[in-house]
Order: sequence, then C-alpha cells, then structure tokens
Amino acid sequence: MQRVNIIGAGLAGLSAAITLAENKIQSNLISLQPSERAQSVLAEGGINGALNTMGEEDAPKYHKEDTMRAGAYLADEEAVRGLTDEAPQIIRDLERLGVAFNTQKEEILLRNFGGQKKKRTAYARSSTGKIIMTALIDEARKYEAQGLISRYPHHAFESLVLSDETTERACRGALIRDTYTTRMHFFEGSVILAIGGMNGVFPELTTGTTANSGDALAQIFAQGVRLGNLEMIQYHPTTICISGKRCLVTEAARGEGGRLFVMRAGKPWYFMEEKYPEFKNLMPRDVVSREIYFVRKDPSCGEQVYLDMTGLSGEVWRKRLPDLRAELIHYLSIDPQTTPVPVEPGIHYFMGGIDVDRKHQTNIAGLYAAGECCDQYHGANRLGGNSMLGAIYGGRVAARTVAERVEQAADVYDGNEKKIKYEKIPETDRDFREASQQVIYEIRDILAAAMGIVRNAQGLRKAEERLAQLLQRDGLNERERNRIYLAQAMVASAISRRESRGAHYREDYPERDETFSGIMQAEIKQGEDIPIQITCRKAQRAEETV
Amino acid sequence: MKAEIKILRRKSAFSDNYWQGIPFETTDENATVAYALNQMNRTKGLTDTEGREVELPIRWECSCLQKKCGACAMVINGRPRLACDTELREFRKKRKGNSGDQMGEIRLEPLHKFPVVADLIVDRSILFENLRIMQTWVNGSGKVAEKRSDQAYEASRCLQCGCCLEICPNFYPGGEFFGAAAFVPAARLLSTLSVEEQREVREQYEAHVYAGCGKSLACRDVCPAGIDVDHLLSSSNGIAVWRQHG
Repeated sequence: MQRVNIIGAGLAGLSAAITLAENKIQSNLISLQPSERAQSVLAEGGINGALNTMGEEDAPKYHKEDTMRAGAYLADEEAVRGLTDEAPQIIRDLERLGVAFNTQKEEILLRNFGGQKKKRTAYARSSTGKIIMTALIDEARKYEAQGLISRYPHHAFESLVLSDETTERACRGALIRDTYTTRMHFFEGSVILAIGGMNGVFPELTTGTTANSGDALAQIFAQGVRLGNLEMIQYHPTTICISGKRCLVTEAARGEGGRLFVMRAGKPWYFMEEKYPEFKNLMPRDVVSREIYFVRKDPSCGEQVYLDMTGLSGEVWRKRLPDLRAELIHYLSIDPQTTPVPVEPGIHYFMGGIDVDRKHQTNIAGLYAAGECCDQYHGANRLGGNSMLGAIYGGRVAARTVAERVEQAADVYDGNEKKIKYEKIPETDRDFREASQQVIYEIRDILAAAMGIVRNAQGLRKAEERLAQLLQRDGLNERERNRIYLAQAMVASAISRRESRGAHYREDYPERDETFSGIMQAEIKQGEDIPIQITCRKAQRAEETV
Repeated sequence: MKAEIKILRRKSAFSDNYWQGIPFETTDENATVAYALNQMNRTKGLTDTEGREVELPIRWECSCLQKKCGACAMVINGRPRLACDTELREFRKKRKGNSGDQMGEIRLEPLHKFPVVADLIVDRSILFENLRIMQTWVNGSGKVAEKRSDQAYEASRCLQCGCCLEICPNFYPGGEFFGAAAFVPAARLLSTLSVEEQREVREQYEAHVYAGCGKSLACRDVCPAGIDVDHLLSSSNGIAVWRQHG
C-alpha cells in the first residue's frame, strides 16, 4: 500500500502519524529537522480542555463559547465543537503517555488563561510544549519500531506533485529533498501538511522557529492550494527581544497574577485592570496587544509597558513558572520576582494558512493540512492554550479522514513490510534556488510596516504597490516570486476586510461589520488579469449546519 | 564588538576540512554565536581574514534560537555548547589597555563524535537509533504518580543535542554505552511505568547505561538544559538495577 506522507514533525505531524499508526496505516514523517527541534517544544503555558477538576462547573460547551467569542465568530462552530468536546480526552491521553502535568492529589491542576472565565489550562510548569512533545515523540518511536512510522528528518519539502486532470486536481505526492545529500526524491501518496505558521515570512520578528522558512506555504499557494484568513496575525502582548528573534513571556505569567502597567504622571497605571474590570490582564491577546499599542501612543504615558510579577508567591515561581524566571534572568538580567519586566507585543501565531474543511481536507483531493499551517478553529484571534490542542486534534482529524479512505479500500498494514528501502524512492533531478536573504527581508519589511497591530488602507495600499514593483524586478527566482505572491495575498486579504475584528484592527474601519463575518479565502488563478483572488466565505454557525 | 570567528569548514562529508577566520563586528552587546552565523550568512561578498571571499552559506543547524531545541550544538573553543546560548562578550579580552571592544578568537567546530555532513552540521541519527534500542516508550499506562512528577518532568527536558556525548569518556559511536542522551529519556519511563511494564527498559538500561557508565559525570557540566543528570542517573540505577521502587 502507499504510505501517507506527513510533512512536518511537530505536534500536528506527530499526532497525525500516531493516529494513522493506531489505525494500522503506515506513514512517512518528513521534516527538515527531528521532532525535538520543532516549534512545538517552545509552547509554554499549557493546553486547554474542560476537565472540570477545579470545582468551577466547567464543560466543553463553555470552552467552545470562549473559543468562538475570542475568535470573533469567524471560526467554523461545528469544527470548534469537535475540538472542545475532544479536548478533555486529549489531555487524559497525554496523561496516560506520561506527560508530567502539574497535579494535586493525583488530579490535573488547571490554570487561568486569557479570554476564558474558568480555569481550563493544563500545564507542566512553564514548559508544557516540550514535555508533551517528549511523550509524543516516544509514542511515535514505538510505532516506528513496529514499522508503522518511518521518520525522514533532514528532508525538505520542495513541491507537491499534482495530477494533470483539469476537472478535479488531485495530489499524487511530494518532491522532497534530502538536505544532507541534496538529492531530490518523489514520495508518492496522499499528503498531510503540518508545516507550521508563517514565521519565515517575518524573520527575526516572531517568537517562532527560524527553521520554518515559509517557502513550503508559498510554494503550495503558487501551485493552486487555497489559503484563508491570512490577515489574522496574532501579536502576543508580552514578548522580549533577544539576540536574533523575539522571545515569549508566557500568558501563564498573567494567569498566575502578573499585571501590566505603564508609567503615568510618575506612577504605575495598571491600565488593563482599569479598562476591563472583569477579565483585567487576561483579556484575549488581540485586545491586550491593542491596548498596549494605544497606551504607548498616549502622550501622558511612558513608552514602555511593564509586566509586574513581583506579587507572585515563591510557591508559584518554584512550582509553576520556574523556567520563565530562569529565562528572564538569563536574557534580561532581571529577576521578575523582584523587578517588573519591560515587554512589548510581538508576532506569535498565524490564525490563517491553508484553507481546510471540517475534515481537514484542502481544495485539492488527497491533500490535507493540520496544525498552525491551516486556518481552522481560531477565527480572528486564538485563545492561549488552544494552539497545542488545535495541533493535536487537527492532526487526529486529518488522519481519521485519511483512514476512512483507506478502510474503504481495505488497504491497511499487514505488518510484513517493515521499512521501505530509501533507495527505492525514485530520485528526480529538479533543481532549486533558495530565495535570497535580500528579497526575504525586503518582503518582511513591507509586510511588517503594513500588517501591524493597527492597520489602515493607506499603509496597505502602499504595501500592495511595493510588492507589485518588487515582482517586476529582473532575475527573481521561483521561490522569491512565490514569496511575493504569498505576501500579496496577505495584504489583499487585509485590504478586503474593511472592518475591525479580532487581530485585524483597521483604524479607518474601527467597527465590526457583519458583511465580513467569514474567512477571506485567497487563491491563485493562473492566466487571469488579477491572479490572486480574494473571496469571503461566510462563517458557518452551528444552527446553519444541523 | 569585534571578533575573529574561526570556523572548521568542510564542503561535504567527502571533502577535506580547513580553518577559515572571518572578522565579525556588531553593536549588539547580547549577540550570540548563532546571531553571528546568521549575520555572516546574510552578508553579500563576505571576506575572510585573508581577504578571500567566503563561500556562503556557512552550513549549520538552527531552529529555536532560545536554547530549547538543541539544533545548534557545536564545539566552541573546545567545549560542546549551543551557539544560541553562547554570547560573544564571554570572549572579551581581559588585557590592560584593551578598549573592551575586541573579543578573543572564537573557534567553531562540528561535534566530533558524529559524522560531519558539511561545515558545522553533523548527522546525529545515532541518538534516535539508540533510543529505539532502549525502547523508551509507554506500553499500558504511563500516568505519572505525583511523587515521581519532578523526576518525570526533569527527564522529559532532554534536548537530544548530543553535547553530553561529546564530552563523555565512555561514549563512542557504535559502542554499547549510550550515554546521558539515552539514560535521561529512559529515566522518564523508569519513573512512570509499573514494575511489570518497565521490564524491557530496565534490561536495556542495565546493558546500555549501567554497565558502561564510568560516572565521570562530565555530562552534568555541559548539559545546555541544565538537567540534573546526576540525580536521574542514581535514581534510575536504583530502580533499574537495585529494584528500589519506593
């Protein structure tokens, strides 16, 4: 039988591979670096699920409501229902795999996170992503030993191989380059993309990994894969600048009692507490980042916002946030237990990406996507604690969709063929050229200027113009052109959304407008006058889909 | 800050290696070796100390840039370290009359115990192969008992960077002793699995850890994650070898 090719070995990719293996379906887990280097290991604060262990009468329906509200009702409600209904079981499964969650009397503790009224975030101190990844990597290793998962680290995705049929395009496999030998191979079979967020489009400006160049997403977009929600970029309110990138100060710091302030008339002003008496410092991230933006512009305030964690108890630092404290002392030489920490918003997450349906299918048959690279679950703004959940759940759903197909074909693994011989994977001689650093940074600067926390038509139009000029430049290679197309789609999506919603705030359209209550889809139509087309797909509410 | 960064370069596994010194200058006081490598790779027409154009990119592996993924492990001035966790200012010359702006020589080499792919990239697949032999996975339930939680957490933090093996006097590739990169992950399973379920891991542990470890504990001093290797080793020995399941 053909193996399923999973591109990306972070949480979503691992989750898909393990789910396929549980269904006796073999997969190739293909990634630039081993899972230990994936961005998922950076996740800190926790994973959401209405476990209801804190006596707050929580239930998945409240988790669903919070997720929908924080996402400004752009997400598909049925999909979110699936996510939040399965969340408690996902956390229990992780517990069974040996994830060392913080517990009390052998029961999982939950902490407060932004935009949620109840304690719902399970955590392993302040390195939850790393601890979960270790357990899932070991689980994948078990299936690797059984021949169900074949890992291909140091392998880069180059392009999809699509069938030529004009009626319905189908994915036949992927071209993959071994970065150690530089040889290119054709991996045949369906493809699950779990390629992470668009960090590589904004080098040095995000909290994410530098290994994700963004080339994969730009490539598949150019090949006709539909993207969606590209204008929705999450600026995390509390990041610090370290050498070569931005570093996250986990939302758990505020969940445990951290307070934001700015100096005004010689005194600290705890602006979030004054403006939002109910949620205070734990408003959803889009709101907090925007408030930080505005107080910094306010002439009566200082330009620096601080996170005051001096009120946190020694117990909290020891048991729940030890890694955060060590990190701040290491990078800033500031002990947060005694001194407020200067913070500023930074790009942290991309709600948009590959447009998928509830089964994580893309617009191309045989091609699926899961994790941060797709546009499911988070709408206009993601809740803290929902990213790892979305990645694990999305990986499961994509794998289940593939499994349904395979079961129909009665084509499950019989345990005989242990590992495909690598030499048998056909080689091709397709050449490639990396995008030049100069073009990558030029595009970054254009986007960063126009797609900030606060946007307007003037800035977006200027970006549009500069990208069009850049596209005319002589000597651009394919990767550079693809990158420009992706950037153009991001800007076009932001221009089309003439309203403010979630992470997309337009100062020229500061109100929400229900005309735009849907995902902005972006697609390249080769041969058209305007090749990049943006259409607004109405958001699906539960009652419309019954 | 000004520094001369000397890199042991190698075009591919099949070519000879050579040292190349490259002058590097930055105003960023917090600049790390990782930052310097990224900046040098971005510099068109970069020249070395002898005025020759440097062949770019200088190949190295990098991902998180905040010492959480282990990708950028290399040997820096003789010591295995993460490039993102090594600040240039550490190498400031301490001489009278020095303005403080000139760093001493900074030498970068690939880890020595793994096959070199190119420049500073090595193939660390043996790390994962050894874990497969160790059978570090859960059969049945791996739910962590509260009293074992600290140990399970600590053992889950291993980066699989390979620094510990570089410095270990007992580890060599292909040998029976697998080093801290294997016994730290094994400690996670030994701390969580039931006595019956941990049988396989225990057997592998005895053969590939206990039997070969000379207790130099050099690994403890170089672990970039600061894992309490010492404690995990004694505790795992207790469970796997002496059957202390308290």
